[in-house]
Order: sequence, then C-alpha cells, then structure tokens
Amino acid sequence: MSAEDVRPTDGEPTIHPEVRPPSDEGERGQDGRRLQHAEAASRPIAAPKVREKQPRGAKIRGDRPIDQAEAAERFLAAPLHQAAHDERLWDLRKKRDTAAHGIPEWEELREIASSIKAHTLSNLDRYLEQFEAAAKANGVHVHWAADGADHNRIVLGILRDHGAKTLVKSKSMLTEECGFRHHMAANGIEIIETDLGERIQQLDNEEPSHIVAPAVHKTRMDVAEVFARTLGTDPENDDAHYLAESQRETTRPYILNADAGMTGCNFAIAETGTVVTCTNEGNADLSGNVPKLQIHSIGIEKLIPRIEHLGVFIRLLSRSALGSPITQYTSHFRGPRAGTEMHMVLVDNGRSARLGMEEFWTSLKCIRCGACMNTCPVYRRSGGLSYGATYSGPIGLIIDPTFNKRKYSTLPFSSTMNGSCTNVCPVKINIHEQIFAWRKVLAEEHQIPLLKQGMMKAAGAVLSRPAAYRAAIGTADSALKVLPRFAVYNPLNTWGKKREMPETPKQSFHAWYKQNRMGKEAGK
Amino acid sequence: MRIGLFVPCYVDAFEPEVGIATLELLERFGLDVEYPFDQTCCGQPMANTGCHAEAAATEALFVRNFSGFDYVVAPSGSCVHQVREHLTAIPQTDEVLAVRSKTFELVEFLHDVLKIEEFPWAAFPHKVAYHGNCNALRGIHHARPSEIVAPFFSKPLDLLAKVKGIEIVDLARPDECCGFGGTFSVFEPAVSAKMGYDKVADQNRAGAEYVVSSDSSCLMHQKGCAGRLGLPLKYLHIAQVLNGAAA
Amino acid sequence: MSAREATLAAIRQNRPAGDHPLPVVPRFTPLVGDDLVEEFGERLKRMGGRVSGGPDPLAGVRERLDAATVIASAVPEVAGNRDLSAVQRPQEVDDVDVAVVRAVFGVAETGSVLFTEGELVVNAVAYLAQHLIVLLDPADILPNIQAAYLRPEFGRSAYAVLHTGPSATADIEGVLIHGAQGVRSLTVVLLPRQA
Repeated sequence: MSAEDVRPTDGEPTIHPEVRPPSDEGERGQDGRRLQHAEAASRPIAAPKVREKQPRGAKIRGDRPIDQAEAAERFLAAPLHQAAHDERLWDLRKKRDTAAHGIPEWEELREIASSIKAHTLSNLDRYLEQFEAAAKANGVHVHWAADGADHNRIVLGILRDHGAKTLVKSKSMLTEECGFRHHMAANGIEIIETDLGERIQQLDNEEPSHIVAPAVHKTRMDVAEVFARTLGTDPENDDAHYLAESQRETTRPYILNADAGMTGCNFAIAETGTVVTCTNEGNADLSGNVPKLQIHSIGIEKLIPRIEHLGVFIRLLSRSALGSPITQYTSHFRGPRAGTEMHMVLVDNGRSARLGMEEFWTSLKCIRCGACMNTCPVYRRSGGLSYGATYSGPIGLIIDPTFNKRKYSTLPFSSTMNGSCTNVCPVKINIHEQIFAWRKVLAEEHQIPLLKQGMMKAAGAVLSRPAAYRAAIGTADSALKVLPRFAVYNPLNTWGKKREMPETPKQSFHAWYKQNRMGKEAGK
Repeated sequence: MRIGLFVPCYVDAFEPEVGIATLELLERFGLDVEYPFDQTCCGQPMANTGCHAEAAATEALFVRNFSGFDYVVAPSGSCVHQVREHLTAIPQTDEVLAVRSKTFELVEFLHDVLKIEEFPWAAFPHKVAYHGNCNALRGIHHARPSEIVAPFFSKPLDLLAKVKGIEIVDLARPDECCGFGGTFSVFEPAVSAKMGYDKVADQNRAGAEYVVSSDSSCLMHQKGCAGRLGLPLKYLHIAQVLNGAAA
Repeated sequence: MSAREATLAAIRQNRPAGDHPLPVVPRFTPLVGDDLVEEFGERLKRMGGRVSGGPDPLAGVRERLDAATVIASAVPEVAGNRDLSAVQRPQEVDDVDVAVVRAVFGVAETGSVLFTEGELVVNAVAYLAQHLIVLLDPADILPNIQAAYLRPEFGRSAYAVLHTGPSATADIEGVLIHGAQGVRSLTVVLLPRQA
C-alpha cells in the first residue's frame, strides 16, 4: 500500500447541499468508481425551473478605480451562481488538501520550489541568456518583447511573414495580459481558443474569470445559451456532455486548418531551451503539433534552471490547482518538427520592473496554479470577473497594481487578510502580507478614497488621546452612537443592513474597572 | 510577575464581560494584573487600512501604557498579531521592541507561558463549535491550519479539553474566515455578511449550541449574522468559558 | 536599445537583494509501494486511463481494434492500416480511430507514460486519433516524477510528452468529460518489449 491516498472522497459535509442533486453525469473509471481528476468537482447543479441569469463582472471605466464590492454584490444577488461557484472551488481546495497531505515532504517541496524561483529570479539575466542560446541551438527563432504591445506586434509580424490568417491557441494568462485576441482581431487575424473554458469565454466575449477554470462562474445553462447563440446548438439542451462535444466538433476544423498554433508556457527550462505546458485537454499539443507554424509566448519569470527542477514543480502544480497528481498532459516543446518553424517570444511587460520592488518581487514566483483563488473566501463569493483585471483573487490583488496603480488601487482592500492564500501557495509567496504592504503603499501615495483616509485620520486622532476616546465612549449608551467613528467605521450603517447591531452593555470594561477595582484600591 | 492587561476597544465597548473574565482568570493563577487606565487601541484599524501615519500616535500610546510589564496579555489574537507583527509606524526603539515581544494573546499565554494544566472551576456541558480567528490561527499560530502539512495541534482546543463536559463539534470548513476582516466588514458589507451567513450556517448545521473563539470582533460579526438569520446560536469568548462561565 | 537589451539591463538594475543559492533537491523516497505495476495501474485508472494486463494483455483492446476503421500503429505488435511513416501532413491522421504507440517509460506515482517524436512518428496522432492504445513494458515503470525528470529523453527530444489518462475537461460545472479535444480514451497494455 502506498503512502499517498489517491481515492476520491465522497460524502463530506457541505455548506451548500441544495446545489448538487444525487445524480452524477461524470465519468467513471475502469473499476466503476466515480472519477475526480482534471478539475472535476462533483455533480452538476440542480437545475432551477427558470434560468438564473449570469451576473456580469466589474464595470470598467478607463483608469478609474475598479469597484469590486459593487460587482461582488451583483454576483451575490445570483444565489445559484454564487453557491455553485463557492462549492465547486471549495471542492478543489479540499482536493488540494487531500493531495498535499498525502505527501510527507509537501512543505519541504514548497520551500525548495520557492528557493529555486528566488534563485532564478535573482539571476534572471543569466538564465534568460542561457535559455535563448539553447533555444537558438535547437533551431528556434527567439524574440524579445518589452511589453504587451510589443508582443502583439512581434506575433503579428511572424504571422504576416507566413501569410497566416488563422491561429489556434491554448490558454495563456500572458496573452490575456497583452490583450492579444483583441489586437489580432483588429488586424484581421482569426484567433480560436481551444481550451473549452477559454473558448466559452471567447464566444461570450468575456474575460476568463479564473486562471485555471476560465468559465467556472458560469452554469451549464449559461453555456447552453452561449453555444446556442454562437455555435447553433440546441438551446434546450444543457447537458454538459452535449455541450463539450459540440465544442469539440466545431473546433476541430479550426485546428486542422489553422495557419499557426500558439501556446503559453508553464515553465521554461534555461538549460535546454524547452517550453513546458500543462493542460488537461491536450489542446496545447494540438496547437503545437498540427499547424506548420508554432509560437510560444513566455513570461520571462517562467524560467527555471534545469529539467530536473521539473521534478519539484510538476509535483506541486496540479496537486495545488486541482488535487490531481499531474495534469493529463505535461508537454515539453524543445525544437521544431521537420519542415516547420518554431518561435518563442520572451515577454517582459513590467516583470523586470517588478523585480526591483523590494516588498513585491516575490510575486514573480507565481506558477499560476489558482490555489489562492480556490481557497479565498472573498473570491469564492465574488466571482473572478468582479476584480475587473486579468489576474483575480489573492494573486491578482498583489500583481494588478503593478500594471496600473490607480485602476487597481481598490483591489488590495478586497480581502480579509486571513492568510489562507499564503498557506496554500506552492511557491510560498507571502500573499496576504503583500496585500497588507500594498495598502500602505496605496495610502501613502493617496490612492485610497479620501473618505476612507479621512476616517482613519479621525480614528487615529481619537484613539491616540485617552481623554477624547473616553469622552467618545465614556457612557455606555453613547458608545454605539460614537463607535462608528472609530470602531465600526460606519458612516452609512453598512454594518446594520446585513447584520444585527451588537447589544449595548450596561457599562464599558473601563467603567466597570473604575467602579469595581479602582474604587476599592482607593479605599472607597 | 507583573502583567499588563490590554482590553481591546471592541471588548471595552461591547463585550466588557470578556475583559472581566480575562482579568479574573489571570487573577485565579495568582498573577499581579494591572490595567493601565489610559489605554485605547493597538492601532490595527488604521494599519490594516494602510494608514500607518495615522496609526503612529495610537501605537506610541500603546507602548507608553504597556512599557515595563513582564508580559502584556490581551484576549484577542487579532490585536496581538498587530502588536507583534505590524506595530511599525513608530521608530523601533528598544522599548517598542520589548513591548512587542512581550505581548501575548490569552490562549497562548495560558498554554505556552503559564502552561496551565487544569481549570477545576470550569464546566461547560454543551456542544461547542470553536472558531479559530484567522490572525490567531495563521498569524500567531494558535493551531495548525488545515492547509499546512504538519502534525495537528491546537492550543485553544487543548485548553477547552480541560473544561468539564464540553463537546466540540466539527465544521465542514473549520478554518474558513468568517468575513469580519476589520474594516472589510463595512467597506465590503455584502461579501462580509455572506461569509458570515455561511459561517453561522455551518456552525448551526454542525449542531453547535455555542460558538467559542478567542476574538470578540469575529464573534460580534457572527452574532450579528446569526441574529439576522434567526439561528439559535450563542457566542462566547474562550476567556469566559475557561473562567467558569455557566451557560 | 532593443527590447532584449532593455529587459536584461532592467533585470540587472533591479536584482533582488540577498543571497539566493540554488537549493540541492534531495532524492525523495518514492511514495509508491514496491509493486510498481500495481501502483501505476491504480493511479492511471484514477486519472481516467485503462489498463490491460494478464497473460494476453492485448485481449483487453481487441474489441476496440476490431471496431476501428482506421488504425495507425507505430508498433510491430499491432498491425494497422495507416502507415505513419508515409504521412506528409499531420492533418492526414484526423480520421484515425485508434492509434497504437509504445511508451518510453511509465511513472507509478502518477500513472503517466512518456512519448517523444521517436515513438509517435507523427506527434499529432496522439491527439487527433479518437482512441490511444499504449504499449508499456512493465520493466519500464519508474517509481516517481522525480526519477522521470532525471531521464535523458527530455534533454534530447524535440518533443517529449507525459500522458496521464485521456484528454479531459471539467470546464462546464465540474462535470468530468473525457475527449475534450484529444483522445477519448487511453488504454495502457502491459506488454514487454520484443527481444
């Protein structure tokens, strides 16, 4: 018997029992048991009689600060979506726990992974040069992009050199960051996403809401509506198998006829010039192995020194993300096939600058597993689109402000700083401490609302002067009137809208102490 | 041993019984407990909002009040976490560093410093859900959080196990944040309240009669949520249970 | 300044403070029992794959092969009717019902099998085919992923891929579906290499 328990866990307590019916449409294994690999959560949602409309994400108004709280409130107003989203992602968190607890050296692996990343990032110039040299020796064309626009320009140039008009691609957060799809559409290039979740989002003209499960905020009824509208499927059929099969059948011709294929990159190996992708669908392998021209977009922070280090990261990645020991496909692209061309684009887009931010550079260690999102209680109840940014959830809170401090100034406040994100992070990024540090930076640079800063100033003035503080709550019945100013911070009574107000005690502790203890000492 | 008792502002204003229980409990062990009369707050509300400059004077006052004690004890993991990890808006003199390192949360003080073996006066024959406040759990390491692969331990559950008749019930999501989050509770009220509703529903489903925690702020939020949902849950601070509170 | 020079210069300028040595990765004790074949099979099944062993291991896939119209075989043990070495463009293998290839090795920790361009002949056949049959010599099973990444194939192949079960997705409501874009099934036949 092995040390690692790989059996699925069934029948655990759930806080949303209403969401899942007892029926089960998922695949079963050779032994007849229900399978739970590849981000499979559990069972489909118990379908309501009337379809609950999908809540949409944050309103984007140029550079104006994102109102995450407003978008989250709209998400919460769709209880079926919210409960299903919360339950599904919590299920991934539980699977992650089971997988992690099956590995005695888990914490040591996290420490090693974190150290390998710290080492690579602090020698990134050397490793990038080594990677470039190895890739060139493998017959790969290597390009460098300073930012997203540069990336898009370079890829467009490669495509035009080959007269390419269509491109199939696998999921890549980097290309989302670069606004790649929109730029290419404007230049007459047809882009087809081949990851099912990403394809759903593309067809619905919506950004991915989760870095591993892009359409996790949608119900199958939502997907049926999108596919009926865009792929011509039966609007009455919301069977997940039917929908997935429809996508497969309609995407296959694009894959076969595409002029070019593109993938992102999970790990780039300096020693060998290899790009590693981890997928469950095999779509990166189709994008990389079918068209004559293949392009890999690589964030420069993806470098690791040697192949043997994959023995650390691959063990952590899928277990952290989904609770599976590995993704279905772990693919290593090192050189072109005979008669084809392979291009790699190394993209900076703010990463080299972030390296110089003393408190925040370790966020570059991120391997995009999504574990921090799955565990985040705020994320699970807000939906990824409420963040109005490429990266949502805890990792987004600390990365997004590096792209646009004003627009994303509100995001570090969308957290209770409970610290669970830090504990699940496979590369040990101190996420919640960076959230705390960002709040300080944003307050110092006056990127937080004047009302909020004004309230804190008033609170600080009262709390630093005992007499003023006592005057404020000196008599118990005035405490509730005054406490909002410095304890409940509550100019609009947002507390009382959703919660009962605390009862007013007869006297404060301070008053009790004075009456019962100080009086005695004074010989009263 | 001179102990300085810090009673956080929430406790002072809303839960004076928690301050009294903490004082009485410490006195049961023959300790010399003083309550510096000019105390207010640890500075956490401002610091957690990023407003460190606005927290500086409050932090300085805290240090003035609590300098010179052998230990500073407070019935709040959250405030102790602030003092120990984040009281940094003022120059870090030897005096400041000494106060920060001597500040303990009640549970860890009883468990790690006093190493209390029994609470003979305490009996609580009820079903209890323990709520691990996030700052206590992950910030000052009250217990092994569920995310971490290490042998299980829990200081508060160790202490509660010494209370006669108590029965601890298991939650579906034992370490999930309740959504209080300090100023988060008023700046993101919808998400905060939803997290609270889910938390109290979990406690209720687990069959708890009482919810016990080492932090009054989380309890105040949960109590407000349970009240709004009409759930029959009661909320007590661990100091009250250990001090022999009857139901 | 080119993007390359600008990026490298910024990295040098912004190098994080402190000493960050490359850690030595210890050889961890494999978490699988001594029976690697059993462990491999159990894990592969949990990842949605199928295993066929016993005295006549090919018996488990005979039905699949008999039902297939187009079989592309890259192994001598199974006869196909589509010659992979004659394929000019990967698109030509889109009509393959069943592809048969031999794995370089298997990994017990995960139930994975490794292929390189050498085994696949046409890389795309492992994804465009409807079903994949993999021959694996039980003697070729490594205990864990760490051991796998010490193998030389990764450093010398243009393409190397670990398959762990079939193509899968749960992007719609977490419902597990095999055959998202690639093969609908993957069956490992435990068959020693021919001498």
